[in-house]
Amino acid sequence: MNSFLAEYGTMLLQETVATLEMSLISTLFAYILGIPIGVLVTITGEHSILPCRPVNVVLGWIVNMGRSIPFLILLVALMPFTRKVVGTATGVEGMIVPLIVAATPFVARMIETSLMEVDDGLIEVAHATGSTTWQIIRKVLIPESIPSILMGVPITLITIVGYSAMAGVVGGGGLGDVALRYGYYRYQTEVMIATIIILIILVQIMQSLGSFIAKKSDKRTR
Amino acid sequence: MIEIKDLAKIYHTDHGEFKAIEHINLTIEDGDIFGIIGMSGAGKSTLLRCINLLERPTDGAILIDGRDITGLSGKELLQLRRQIGMIFQRFNLLMQRTVEANVSYPLEICGMPKPQRKKRVEELLELVDLTSKAKNYPVQLSGGQQQRVSIARALANRPSILLCDEPTSALDSLTTNSLLELLKDINAKLGVTIVIITHEMSVVDKICNKVAVINDSRIIEQGMTKEVFANPKESMTRLLISEMQGGGTENE
Ligand SMILES: Nc1ncnc2c1ncn2[C@@H]1O[C@H](COP(=O)(O)OP(=O)(O)O)[C@@H](O)[C@H]1O
Ligand SMILES: [Mg+2]
Repeated sequence: MNSFLAEYGTMLLQETVATLEMSLISTLFAYILGIPIGVLVTITGEHSILPCRPVNVVLGWIVNMGRSIPFLILLVALMPFTRKVVGTATGVEGMIVPLIVAATPFVARMIETSLMEVDDGLIEVAHATGSTTWQIIRKVLIPESIPSILMGVPITLITIVGYSAMAGVVGGGGLGDVALRYGYYRYQTEVMIATIIILIILVQIMQSLGSFIAKKSDKRTR
Repeated sequence: MIEIKDLAKIYHTDHGEFKAIEHINLTIEDGDIFGIIGMSGAGKSTLLRCINLLERPTDGAILIDGRDITGLSGKELLQLRRQIGMIFQRFNLLMQRTVEANVSYPLEICGMPKPQRKKRVEELLELVDLTSKAKNYPVQLSGGQQQRVSIARALANRPSILLCDEPTSALDSLTTNSLLELLKDINAKLGVTIVIITHEMSVVDKICNKVAVINDSRIIEQGMTKEVFANPKESMTRLLISEMQGGGTENE
């Protein structure tokens, strides 16, 4: 055990940090992009506060398209684009672009689901008090669905961790890369097992912490 | 004064047109507590929601202080709604906001500065006797308390009209009585005109000076509460009165 840690410890730690870096940064950007898209898709729906069929249909299409492309294919297909944007299509930087592209439609759908849960009665009050569309979004729709939106964060994050593990294919770094290099190419099973254990622990921590924060934020339970 | 003239609302559904209300004529004077009573599905909520244009009438006019509001849109519509308070059967409080933040909501959206808002919220919570619950969340309150918060919220912008959609239907009878007393007080103290919808004659009996009976999308009878109770003309009215008296049967 000690000799294993001495030999691979530093490398495993570095790659864990790389995985976290990729996942957290892409999740952050996916939310920055996905929230407005999710809000737009929701409010332009037929019975929502700003019905607009063309916008709703087109955005819905784009989101579905993004969600239906398998990540590995997206990763390869985006390589030229990625190179243009960050200068390289490999390594941690090279992974962030495809991860954001994959996660944004995912986040948009999660946001839409959360916003749809808001009680119609609250929208009605907002209208009855003379709120503008923007005020309804900012002061009713989003604040009332914060706990539900927060519940979605670990789900997104864990999905992205899973995607990021495919980075190995393009030499993208992170734990997936380690598992592929040592476990698959060099038959060093114990390194692969170590990466699996680390991934399991990461996912557990993300889920528990995420759920805890979401529950804590919800004023309906007390 | 609210004058409703030959009002109709038609919903377009998958099964064709549906007349939720038609030929509605009502005059509600300043300071009235006006009851609109009818069975479920009669069109009560539709009628009430037309008064602040949550529902757009298909036909007819609604004059508030002489001005027809049915054509309003944009800024004027928002302005109108800010001058009319509304409360609901299910309270509809913002669950992620404290009591005081709920009451503050209507003030926030019309841009009242924070210090004034704070003062106004204090006044309102005092009015509904909930000062001690200011920092609580709705989930920590009883149904009656939640409805009082929603009343405070509805009155925040000093409206001249308060619309109430079955405000006591989710409450037990004791709580109902104290809530009706509060509405009566508010009407007397602030001079707010109250339009209250209900399916229970006892609510009308307790606080309304005038009543209209709605059945099958139309007003079938209206007048001073006392007179309607003393001399009900329609069988539906008699049914609703006898139900209140625990009779259950309509025959004399
Ligand atoms: N948005 C709508 N679309 C179609 N029908 C509706 C709509 N809203 C209400 N209705 C119908 O109109 C009738 C009157 O409804 P409502 O005014 O809510 O009745 P009440 O409040 O007296 O119970 C009901 O039959 C209801 O199903
Ligand atoms: Mg109703």
